[in-house]
Amino acid sequence: MKKEIIISGFGGQGGLAIGKNLAEAGMAEGLNVTWAPSYGPEMRGGTANCSVVLSDKPVGSPVFAHPTELIALNEPSLVKFEEGVLPGGTVFVNCDVVTDKVHRTDLTAYYIPCSKIADEVGNAKVSNMVMLGAYVAATKVLKPETIEKMIQEMFAGAKAKFIPLNIEAFHRGMACVQ
Amino acid sequence: MEKELWKGNEAIAEAAIRAGCDCFFGYPITPQSEVPEYLSLHMPQHGKVFVQAESELAAINMVYGAAGSGMRAMTSSSSPGISLKQEGITYIAAAELPCVIVNCMRGGPGLGTIQPGQGDYFQATRGGGNGDYRTVVLAPSNIQEAVDFVQEAFDIADCYRNPTMVVCDGLIGQMMEPIEWREIPKRDLPPKDWATTGKHGRDHTNIINSLYMDPEECDDHNADLEAKYKLIAEKEVRWDTKDCEDAELVITAYGTPARIALSALEALRAEGIKAGLFRPITLWPYPEKALHDLAGQDHVKAILDVEMSAGGQMIDDVRLAVEGQKPISYLGHAGGVMPTIEEIVESAKKALKEAK
Repeated sequence: MKKEIIISGFGGQGGLAIGKNLAEAGMAEGLNVTWAPSYGPEMRGGTANCSVVLSDKPVGSPVFAHPTELIALNEPSLVKFEEGVLPGGTVFVNCDVVTDKVHRTDLTAYYIPCSKIADEVGNAKVSNMVMLGAYVAATKVLKPETIEKMIQEMFAGAKAKFIPLNIEAFHRGMACVQ
Repeated sequence: MEKELWKGNEAIAEAAIRAGCDCFFGYPITPQSEVPEYLSLHMPQHGKVFVQAESELAAINMVYGAAGSGMRAMTSSSSPGISLKQEGITYIAAAELPCVIVNCMRGGPGLGTIQPGQGDYFQATRGGGNGDYRTVVLAPSNIQEAVDFVQEAFDIADCYRNPTMVVCDGLIGQMMEPIEWREIPKRDLPPKDWATTGKHGRDHTNIINSLYMDPEECDDHNADLEAKYKLIAEKEVRWDTKDCEDAELVITAYGTPARIALSALEALRAEGIKAGLFRPITLWPYPEKALHDLAGQDHVKAILDVEMSAGGQMIDDVRLAVEGQKPISYLGHAGGVMPTIEEIVESAKKALKEAK
């Protein structure tokens, strides 16, 4: 099993955080993982992206041109990376921000209303968890329990009140692709 | 042991603390700024010294002073900043002081770019400063190696009283990967009885110096240094190989390109092409004999050197090691562009075809 994922969006949208969550969850499940961010001018206002590898074998290159999955949080990201996605791959689109559709017919596309669901759950900041839920449910490479446990550890102590909110957002994201 | 997800630069900084680094002197520059950032918080918590110097020149000369007084001292920077430190490095090498220098390389020349690069190979292995001196140069290819090598670098530096460099590139500094904080074997280190810590009843004065007015004396000093470098070359040379046992095509690469090459090997082997990787871990001393012997094997038909450098820099050492036994070709990018898996596969096929 080897997943090579590109997550891309505006700086501040949380794409890098989604990638970090995937890497942490993968590590918790004993997978070999890498997380490689774009750095420099991109993170200062333009598109920010990261490359994540989840693999049952040691990871060679942490960067790649042909992801198995693309998570596009904004329009420029879809334009930039759709072409490179591996044939038969999957694209996750935040359809509250991206109005365009996936053009290629050899890809599976999921349109996830991350921002709308996050607002319904009660906090715009949990839109990342919605997307994470969609990814986990569609690819089945990680156990939902692993993410739930991670959320619990992430919001320990005084931040514990954010746990139910994040778990609900994660479940709502999963439901989008089921 | 439990694995932890660490960012390269922060892991390098934490490794320095675990290695007993007493003093860090630095100046921020992308893509290594997380090293001083992390140490500015954590060194004081461990009762150690962190100074953000007014410049790279100041930082390396603070290292010179601290190392001279027997402290475990370190500095880190990225390419243009490392250029500024060269005068200090040759002084430290001349005065035979131990210290650790981390270069998180970016594209050059000049200010170049903040994206990953390997154009400082010559500077690191030939000496960017004046005179006949050498620094031990360790080149990690992943974050586990980065933290292991930083810890070992302090021991190597103390063992030989010589500056030791750890060179990685912007990607290794910026990426995250699981690591284990495993026990690094400690060396038996000589006492620092040369340190300028006050006379305390000693019958002689310790002096840290790199100036010899008498040429004969300077010649003798150089001969002593040369003997030390020979010993280091004998004892410290390191490399790694992957799938070289039957390889027809051998890729030579270090750092991030060596990782990308691992993925290329997989793709090449899947197509039935016998490809292997020879990865120097010490850039100086260079694993010359190991590469020479590998190139001499009948099954090896061609060598492909891959670097993040315009025309190749390590390729000079590859040529010196291979000594014309097999044809050598080159693939590389500079200016912050990394070679892709596909390009390596393509170049490997071409190199093999031309050789046959």
